[in-house]
Amino acid sequence: MTLVRFLATRLATLAFVLLTVSFLTYALFVLLPADPAALACGKPCTPERLETARAFMGLDAPVVQQWWDFVRGVFTGRTFGSAGATIDCPRPCLGYSFARNTPVTELVVGRFGVTASLAIGAAVLWLVVGVGAGAVAAVRRGTPLDRGLMVAAITGVSAPSYLVGLLGILLFGFTLDMVPVSGYVPFAQSPVDWAWHLALPWAVLALLSAAVYARLTRSQMLEELGAPYVRTARAKGLTEGRVVTRHALRNAAIPVVTLFALDLGALLGGAVITERVFSMPGLGALLMEAVGSTDVPLLVGVTVFTAAIVVVANLAVDVVYGVLDPRVRRGGRTR
Amino acid sequence: MSLDRSAEPVAPTASAAVAGRVPLWRRLARDRFALVGAVVVVAYALVALAAPLITRALGVDPYTYDLDALGPTGAPAGPLGGVSAEHWFGVEPLTGRDLFAIVVMGSRTSLLVGIGATVVSMLVGTVLGLVAGYFGGWVDWVVARLIDVLIGLPALVFMIAVGAVAPDWFPRLLLLVLVIGLFGWSSIARVVRGQTMALRASGFVRASRALGASHAHVLFRQVLPNLASTVVVFTTISIPGAIGAEAALSFLGVGVPPPTPSWGRSIGDAVTWFAVDPVYLLFPGLALFGVTLAFNAFGDGLRDALDPRGGSRKRRRRGGAR
Repeated sequence: MTLVRFLATRLATLAFVLLTVSFLTYALFVLLPADPAALACGKPCTPERLETARAFMGLDAPVVQQWWDFVRGVFTGRTFGSAGATIDCPRPCLGYSFARNTPVTELVVGRFGVTASLAIGAAVLWLVVGVGAGAVAAVRRGTPLDRGLMVAAITGVSAPSYLVGLLGILLFGFTLDMVPVSGYVPFAQSPVDWAWHLALPWAVLALLSAAVYARLTRSQMLEELGAPYVRTARAKGLTEGRVVTRHALRNAAIPVVTLFALDLGALLGGAVITERVFSMPGLGALLMEAVGSTDVPLLVGVTVFTAAIVVVANLAVDVVYGVLDPRVRRGGRTR
Repeated sequence: MSLDRSAEPVAPTASAAVAGRVPLWRRLARDRFALVGAVVVVAYALVALAAPLITRALGVDPYTYDLDALGPTGAPAGPLGGVSAEHWFGVEPLTGRDLFAIVVMGSRTSLLVGIGATVVSMLVGTVLGLVAGYFGGWVDWVVARLIDVLIGLPALVFMIAVGAVAPDWFPRLLLLVLVIGLFGWSSIARVVRGQTMALRASGFVRASRALGASHAHVLFRQVLPNLASTVVVFTTISIPGAIGAEAALSFLGVGVPPPTPSWGRSIGDAVTWFAVDPVYLLFPGLALFGVTLAFNAFGDGLRDALDPRGGSRKRRRRGGAR
């Protein structure tokens, strides 16, 4: 398969998945007992006014039509209502939250900085710690250091993030009074406060995720270190350090990078639990607010946005592999 | 495991062919960490089974209010969250319900949802993986696209949304089992698919077909038994994930509704209290952490015992893609 055809296939899959996900989201949320029109209609809500509100919001159309309007709105923008009173939702329009009188895109963009700060900082930390610990454990296989690291890793894998987060707040926030326990300060406002507020969430998220990466890196490294090419490299007289870092680690990194892209994608779509624990106003918090107030357009918009990030991360992994490794283009992905 | 991230377990690649000469239980017994995990898992299971007997024997139950055990602010009276001879783990703030009874009865919720959801995942994943790998072609294509969509869906968001949509008459525990289960079958399906593709080409399958065996017979009588160890390992390592999912949903207030005891919900409730009453967080938290760790330790040991080489190279070569 040529590279172009490979890319085209992957892009088609991406479009298919996004359309399906957005449709499922739409179908699901349309079933919600809450009717946005009834909420906006006010009291007393006469049947005529309800009908007007439904027409204004575009809820009088069949579900498939509504979904298609939504998809089109992402590319062309939308206008709700007709003649006289209208509301504009410029592209990319992820819907309009009538309860908040704001386009969903605006709400999502406003919250994305928080989630991105949280996710990217934690991701850098966990990649370094996790891969480092896994590689060291593999090289020192069977030693107390290896066993200690792996016991720590399985503990980290098993610990729920909110529990560790709360204990972290208790210890570092309340008892030692070292870091602020909640909230978020934008980077532009004060980089120091920004990092200070994020220190604990980063540490909690990163340590728990690092455990997964340490385990994966270790098992991959052990496999690579036993491979014939490593024996060849050693026989050629390469230093052990070079064999480990330049040869074994490089090959062991492939599945690690895959997992990393997927994890980062998922996290960028909203760290619901971490945001709840540390009271950070990110995408996950926005989603929970939408659930709390049954703000259907907001729920749909956030869900589709989240799905888009996950799917794009997925695609990025595939494309990078397809470009780097011709075998992938022929036989599907390596994982 | 946190639902913030969809961590894939380090893929087990158990295959019946590598069982070796040492019996399974002996190899497991050599792994002390796994052994302790197994013992703890059994202990949790026994507590869950006997939970009503235990609480009745101690004269406590998770639903009775005891306002006398509370101080003027609604926090438990006395030190350590009201730990006393009567209330071993203290009491719940605001209600004074016995925390020991809540934690003990909570094990039923946790294990029921964890195991139930895993059974759903394994059934769906194994069947879809089998047919996709065996028939290939458009069947394989459809299953692959299903998995694409499943991975693209923000699972936690959808679980929350389904919880909001479901009618009130639908039993909540069953809903959780189905929702968590139906979001968790993609990894087992991928592995089963890969192994089925390898087995399809093997001599005994072709011989069976040549002798006139039906597809169903070949799939379920010839191929499936060869995947047994894979399914067993995946089941073990999936249970802690499902338990964590239930706890996370309940923590967010969209899982098990009160007053049914749930560790996750207790931890969620503890958030507002833990500056004054950290003990309230401690016991449900430790219970949840303990069962997850035990299942993970046991699952790791089981995987190593069933596949001593424990590598994934084999899977990769078999085309263990999607």
